[in-house]
Amino acid sequence: MACISTDGTLTESGLKIFRAMSSGPVSPEEVARSTGLPMYRIRGGIRDLIPAGFVVQKGDKYQLTEKGAAMLKK
Amino acid sequence: MEEVQEKVASLPRLGEPAPDFTAVTTHVTVKLEDFKGSWLVLFSHPADFTPVCTTEFLAFAEIYPELQKRGTELLGLSIDSLSSHIAWVRNIEEKTGVKIPFPIIADLDRSVSTAYGMVHPGQSKTETVRCVFIIDPNQIVRTILYYPLTTGRNMDEILRIIDALQTTDANKVATPANWRPGDKVVVPPPTTQEMAEERLKEKGYECVDWYLCKKKL
Repeated sequence: MACISTDGTLTESGLKIFRAMSSGPVSPEEVARSTGLPMYRIRGGIRDLIPAGFVVQKGDKYQLTEKGAAMLKK
Repeated sequence: MEEVQEKVASLPRLGEPAPDFTAVTTHVTVKLEDFKGSWLVLFSHPADFTPVCTTEFLAFAEIYPELQKRGTELLGLSIDSLSSHIAWVRNIEEKTGVKIPFPIIADLDRSVSTAYGMVHPGQSKTETVRCVFIIDPNQIVRTILYYPLTTGRNMDEILRIIDALQTTDANKVATPANWRPGDKVVVPPPTTQEMAEERLKEKGYECVDWYLCKKKL
């Protein structure tokens, strides 16, 4: 998973994505704008994070779950 | 006797949707649709840790900022493992100081290279040739370039093609031989005799004859 290292901590780009989604639902475009990461990185990252339980989809937007928010506090 | 049917995938053609894929890369697992809304240069190289490919990766890294200015992403591919890609890009950075900023597909199962016709057995049965697919924001194939194993690509031409395609899309014009941004563009030729006669009377065009007129944008 590109956002989370093998030791279970957030990668540099993962940290940016988690922070961008920490204060309510945001679109992938908004995440790309606030992180400076390319859209493919955001879309691919979110796709990994949903089945892992870190992110939930709300309509066309995405936000951290409790598990995701806890990861950000680590 | 049972008939054996081999499914032969049709190769990408200009003006048609780019073949879909899901692929593991050095950045994240990507799908073609992840690049929707951006131009995409999908290119293959024969193998990691080889000399011509290394010069090309340095050259692709050099034009990456120019591609970004044109709303274009870059995606490499070879039939090598993810570990090999990671080791190679780290080696390039260590030896040259150049960080490779774009993702590279590890196409070990050849699913992407097969869909895009990147392996030419007359050149090599185990490596991809030097292909370039320029795919537009609607995921339509707009340009296909094939270079042999022994010839490194011309980055300037890749940028020039993107400039030409974006100019064509924005202005409904064509671009002449050796066109560069700022040069005159070719106006679509008239399609009726009446329009041909009118074309020669219209101002603002530089015409050789009714079918070849250029204008400044």
